[in-house]
Amino acid sequence: MADWIVFWVIAPVSIASAVAMILAKNAVHSALLLIVNFFTLAVFFLILGSPFLFVVQIIVYAGAIMVLFLFVIMLLGVDERESLRERILGQRWLALLLGAGLVVEVALAVRVGVGFGHGGLPDFTRVNRGGNVQALARVLFNSYFFPFEVTSILLIVAAIGAMLHGRRRIGDEETIDAPIDERMDEPGPEPVPAAGPAEATP
Amino acid sequence: MLSVLGQVSGGPAVAHGKLLFRPIGPELILVGVALAVMLLDAGYPERHHATLALLSLAGLAAAAAYSLSLWSWTGPTTVLGGMVAADRFTVFFRLVILGVAALAVLLSYQYLERADEVRGEYYPLLLFATAGMTLITAAADLIVVFLALEVLSLSLYLLTGFSFRRLASAEASMKYFLLGAFSSAFFLYGIALAYGATGTTNLAGIAHGLTGQVGPLSLALAASGLLAVGFGFKVAAVPFHMWAPDAYQGAPTCVTAFMSAGTKVAAFAAFLRVFDVAFSPLIWDWKPFVWILAALTMVVGSVLAIAQSDVKRMLAYSSVAHAGFILVGVTAASHAGIQAAMFYLAVYPAMILGAFGVVMVVSGRGERGLTLSSYAGLARRSPLVAAVLALLLLSLAGIPPTAGFIAKVAVFTAAIQSGHWPLALVGVLASVVAAFFYLRVIVLMYMQEPVIAGGQREAETGFDAEPGAVGSLGFVAIAVPALLTLIFGVFPGILFGVLKSASIIRF
Amino acid sequence: MIRLPYLLFFSAVLFSAGVYGVLARRNAVLVLMSIELMLNAVNVNLVAFNAYLRDAALTGQVFALFVITVAAAEVGIGLAIVILIYRNRETINVDEVNLLKW
Repeated sequence: MADWIVFWVIAPVSIASAVAMILAKNAVHSALLLIVNFFTLAVFFLILGSPFLFVVQIIVYAGAIMVLFLFVIMLLGVDERESLRERILGQRWLALLLGAGLVVEVALAVRVGVGFGHGGLPDFTRVNRGGNVQALARVLFNSYFFPFEVTSILLIVAAIGAMLHGRRRIGDEETIDAPIDERMDEPGPEPVPAAGPAEATP
Repeated sequence: MLSVLGQVSGGPAVAHGKLLFRPIGPELILVGVALAVMLLDAGYPERHHATLALLSLAGLAAAAAYSLSLWSWTGPTTVLGGMVAADRFTVFFRLVILGVAALAVLLSYQYLERADEVRGEYYPLLLFATAGMTLITAAADLIVVFLALEVLSLSLYLLTGFSFRRLASAEASMKYFLLGAFSSAFFLYGIALAYGATGTTNLAGIAHGLTGQVGPLSLALAASGLLAVGFGFKVAAVPFHMWAPDAYQGAPTCVTAFMSAGTKVAAFAAFLRVFDVAFSPLIWDWKPFVWILAALTMVVGSVLAIAQSDVKRMLAYSSVAHAGFILVGVTAASHAGIQAAMFYLAVYPAMILGAFGVVMVVSGRGERGLTLSSYAGLARRSPLVAAVLALLLLSLAGIPPTAGFIAKVAVFTAAIQSGHWPLALVGVLASVVAAFFYLRVIVLMYMQEPVIAGGQREAETGFDAEPGAVGSLGFVAIAVPALLTLIFGVFPGILFGVLKSASIIRF
Repeated sequence: MIRLPYLLFFSAVLFSAGVYGVLARRNAVLVLMSIELMLNAVNVNLVAFNAYLRDAALTGQVFALFVITVAAAEVGIGLAIVILIYRNRETINVDEVNLLKW
């Protein structure tokens, strides 16, 4: 019963924050709403018998990742309100249609596949034998140790990437030693025509 | 893989006795060398470009030699807790991908030298991407498929944006990243539903679960659909191809060559394995979807390629169309179909890599000469390069003495054998349309005078008729693929002989 | 008691909200945030399946853990690329970054 109440309290908050996130005009508001959303999801992990993911979700997602987002948003300037005017006519409706279609499709699949009728929340004592963290560690370092190692490559790549693109390079802005034909790439107020390099040359 | 169908995963890896690391030896070598290259660059910051490239090449060669030794692997078909498959299918694709990477290193060396963009991160990223690609061909569990896909995608997003002084490069990187991450989410959703339907993410386990009809079938159907969307994005099949032209055009040309060849091979290898092993019980359900995907991809790719005036963009659409041809082989889903798709995946990388290599050579420093008009009279300025490009384009078009022809015939035959003759017909028509824009370039090269007017002087294209401008390394990188297309075109039996045992995933 | 379909439906709604966000927003950072929302919706799915399948192998939870790792890596790279774009162009609106034909 308790989890039932939790679900019906948290789920609307979660969906409302998600919808508000994608509709908010201000990027900072969006980020904050996403944090709210991540907190609600963490609660779901808790009632679904995974206290470890609950903690990880809050520390890594709501904590680290969202702080990174906020940091970048602040870095790039918050005053710049995004105009919600669309360039491609009807794109918004198409997006809405696609989103709604996906919900209906999955709901149908779930309806047919699992059925809305049966099965409550199971108890987790057997699965989480000796504690969720211990159980998770047991499988993570046994059956899943190879994928676990693969994630290390992923993180190395991410670290290289952040260094590669985030670092300000000497000579990045200067075009003295840059070849003549790179001149088009100087940041300028006017967009370079897409037609190609030939026209851009005076 | 056939023999593992009964053996469902889930057991701890260690419980099976000692861990068998041999089947992932090539990946370990690649990652190790990548780290060594990185440390070398960090430790000796002065320019050691040749050393870095040579070390990378050595790593690729070692990985290839190791893969070759796995051809005669007699241990269990899956190792490390059912995560990694050790079959000849994997060995075959590993060798193709490593070959692609080696040629890409040669092209990159020349490109980076010329563009003055030598930076230590390049080769490690290339090697990590290669490791991701080879790993995905060996993945026997959706978790590994997903992680390997991410490793290769993340590396490629970065490589796409590597030419930091060109705006187009950063822009391509962003578009590729956003759409790639978007598609990963779909892929992941598919995995989640597959897990929900069968209770496992192991490919053999999923097949087992679906045959036994244990799980709810509609969830599995939704899963296969979402996974197909995810793969469709990665191989640039038509409704999901929007990123490809932008990413291919904006990326440094050596990276374009690498990813147009490598990603497609890797993603298709996983596609074949996931759909022909895991979802084989649902074959009649996913087939129509892939059928439509294949038809759309062939037609739209070929038609849109005609309208392009930028060579890289044209080749990008051509590569989209080729994804469609390979999908025809996947749709056939028979042994012949898999074999044909594999043949295609062995020769297509050579063609597209060589073609982009020539584009790189011709475009010159800063990627200026990318319009079709830069190719006017190329035969007069540099007959050898023009001849190589002509051969590669003929192969891409599927004209007889080349491997491209054999590959197309193979996939269409497989499709007809499986009763998909309308699809084969669409394919043939699309090939005819596609032949037009390939031949147009050849006509331009051989029958027109070089264009001098409009700021398109030869000097500005950076390509000055001297044989030295091509660079010996660059020339090797474009001559080898051309030679391969010719060899496999004349003696396709060599490759088909290998494929006889390499194409056994399930049957 | 919560039933599994409610959870699946809930995560489908979140996922679709993310899809809408990706397609409709123009700010690259917001597009990235919408993608994060999609990944999280999938995580709910994975953990819910794990719970209802009574999967002692904890595949779903482990997978969710990996997804979080992947998401972190993706965000790191994505934001680096966004900063790169911003430094070059002074904008991160997806449709203003249009040197290449979209």
